Amino acid sequence: MNPRLYPLAATIAIFLLAWVICVMQFPYMLSTRVVGNLLTDNAYLGIVAVGMTVVILSGGIDLSVGSVIAFSGVFIAVMLRDSGLHPLVVFALLLVVTSAFGAAMGWLIHALAMPPFIVTLAGMFLARGAAYMLTIDSVPIDHAFYDLLDDAYYLMPGKGRLTLIGVVMLLTVLVGMIVAHRTRFGASVFALGGGEATARLMGVKVGRTTVAIYAFSGLMAGLSGIVFSIYTSSGYPLATVGTELTAIAAVVIGGTLLTGGAGFVFGTLIGVLTMGLIQTYIVFDGTLSSWWTKIIIGLLLLAFILLQKGLLRVTTARAGA
Amino acid sequence: MLLTIRSLTKTFPGTKALDRVDFDLAAGEVHALLGENGAGKSTLIKCLTGAYERDEGVIALDGATVSPRSTSEAQELGIGTVYQEVNLLPNLTVAQNLTFGQEPTRFGMVDRRAQRRQAEAMLEGYGLDIDVGRDLSAYSVAIRQIIAIARAVALSGKVLILDEPTASLDAREVETLFDVVRGLRDRGLGIVFVSHFLDQVFELTDRVTVLRNGQKVTTERTADLDRVQLIEHMLGRALENEVVGHAKTHVAQDRPELLAFENFGRRGHVEPFDLTVGEGEVLGLAGLLGSGRTESAELMFGLAAAHSGGARDQSGALDLSSPRAAIAAGFGFAPEERKEDGIVADLSVRENIALALQARRGWARPVPRAEQLRLADEYIEKLDIRTSGPEQPIGDLSGGNQQKVVLARWLAMNPRFLILDEPTRGIDVGAHAEILRLIQQVTAQGMSILVISSELDELIAVADRVIVVRDRRHVAELTGSEITTDTIVRAIAAPGRDQAEASV
Repeated sequence: MNPRLYPLAATIAIFLLAWVICVMQFPYMLSTRVVGNLLTDNAYLGIVAVGMTVVILSGGIDLSVGSVIAFSGVFIAVMLRDSGLHPLVVFALLLVVTSAFGAAMGWLIHALAMPPFIVTLAGMFLARGAAYMLTIDSVPIDHAFYDLLDDAYYLMPGKGRLTLIGVVMLLTVLVGMIVAHRTRFGASVFALGGGEATARLMGVKVGRTTVAIYAFSGLMAGLSGIVFSIYTSSGYPLATVGTELTAIAAVVIGGTLLTGGAGFVFGTLIGVLTMGLIQTYIVFDGTLSSWWTKIIIGLLLLAFILLQKGLLRVTTARAGA
Repeated sequence: MLLTIRSLTKTFPGTKALDRVDFDLAAGEVHALLGENGAGKSTLIKCLTGAYERDEGVIALDGATVSPRSTSEAQELGIGTVYQEVNLLPNLTVAQNLTFGQEPTRFGMVDRRAQRRQAEAMLEGYGLDIDVGRDLSAYSVAIRQIIAIARAVALSGKVLILDEPTASLDAREVETLFDVVRGLRDRGLGIVFVSHFLDQVFELTDRVTVLRNGQKVTTERTADLDRVQLIEHMLGRALENEVVGHAKTHVAQDRPELLAFENFGRRGHVEPFDLTVGEGEVLGLAGLLGSGRTESAELMFGLAAAHSGGARDQSGALDLSSPRAAIAAGFGFAPEERKEDGIVADLSVRENIALALQARRGWARPVPRAEQLRLADEYIEKLDIRTSGPEQPIGDLSGGNQQKVVLARWLAMNPRFLILDEPTRGIDVGAHAEILRLIQQVTAQGMSILVISSELDELIAVADRVIVVRDRRHVAELTGSEITTDTIVRAIAAPGRDQAEASV
């Protein structure tokens, strides 16, 4: 097997193992209801993590996405309350805004040769602040179209609900897989992650690619915000604090190298689902504190970082031989 | 001519990296570009590949003037480059690397099967039997190098620049690579070959151009040259006496022994060597780039740990396991890469001078500011460092003055043994002479100095004894009247006994 696939294989193995353990203790966890909820509850996280995967593959990081999701929810809620525009129009507007926001950060990162960490940290405060400027309260969304979206689901055998937002998430992952692994843009992303100087020598248009990467992340954050607003039927400026870190954790648990250049979008989906599974287990158990989720995710993260380090050593040793 | 360069000039602040250089490359020839560090090889290549913009001169490809402004533009014009290191992306597959930027697509998606076929077609004729679907990191450096060449040839197809392509290859891999290069020559490509391995130059190339100090020394057919002539061209012969002052009268003297290295060596760096250092002696280390001269210095200063042997002084064995230990033993080292390794560009002259002293005292006992200032003022005056004051960032000074600050740093420690690696590289003629004079001054007071230099005249001017290094081995020791350009060049050029065996 190609050593590049080891982290992905490890991710999938851990996910399956975790599920087997869960099912042994709570057989009901094998039901389609749990599967449906897993997809629905983690839809917004899965979508934003796809964008994060592309950013991390390029060797960057995007800390702004949690705030952008919150901004999106508030933006939608306030627009629907005050303007009377159709939600689809609002969605389109929002996606343009968040993509442009991401593109602007990408441009700054490239043009000023600034670390993505600092630029997107500024973006994080800006987006959060912008959300507060629109409102400081939780704004409920009350629109017939939203009820429609909320009720759209496919009833799987076993009464599990495959919701619209769950499907949107799966489709996003699919699109992300194609973009990252099957397009020239994706190849440029991997090239940047492998080394900017080399990428430039090989003819990557570094500036254009960087802008596109962060615009894509912004687009995903906007889409995630839409999904989150459908999920919660409201917009709240204090929502999704720290989601960017959860997304980064999902990406790394999904087997993507935090330093860039290696990884899989599909792995990120598994990473998100693994984290969701731990949460579900704690709900089933009922006695465990929900903080155990954080502890287990922390341990998993650590394990994956060690795995990647070990793998790196193995492959470099082989290349040297 | 395929490629014609006329009076190419490129100036950087303080130095003229290229001074009216002419260069011709015919189709179907391998043309060696030689010179020591700082001779202008890489500047010339960077002007060709679009990394630098030339100040003056003409570059003509197939008769038409070209001015590439980026690597990809140079590639499109037909000039492809393969570097020693950063070439391809190890995290992508061989096929992805080969077809990067030209991937066959269907409906906007990369067609993996066509990509594979295209990559295999590109590798045809190179004698490689590899799976293009695997990661590049799965293959050896030699194979990566050939893949890089295949990519450069497919993209450019007229001129191929090979910049030190063999530096990390073993003998068999070099042969494979050379077969590939010869094949490309026969297909009519013009190939520029940069290397500091002279054997390889004689084996592979048709013509040789030598650069020194940014100027073209000569272009000749390789077959018309022998090693001695070539090395003379590279290292230069007659630096005017006015520049270096009066050459030292070379009288072999008996000096009290200060240090002795015995069987001192490290695998892959330098073969074990014996060396004694006398009190107040100036030792010269001569050799070509990559011969092991810098490696010897790094070993002595503890930058790389010795695998065998040791050093001792009158009172017993010395610990040279780290630079810290070496400094404690009274050693100092001014490295070759002054900008990267020698100075902290953003710190002031005062701070740079106090650096080593502070390191020896430890962070808990800061050198008082008044003391630092006194030191800085003292050495600024003593060494005539041209600066607006002790608080000026050292990065703003000229190369020669930076070097003086580095010297001041070590002189402030009053070491007994100071190693200077290329102390006059990239500095102007005036400062050059001053530094040589300084060497003579401090050794008169009893300090011992090891000077590494690719300027033979410089060594002749200051050294009491010259050690010649070749192929990572100390091969000769010259003293007194033996120290002349001729003897040094001959010692460097003489093909070693075991080297002759190796080439069979």
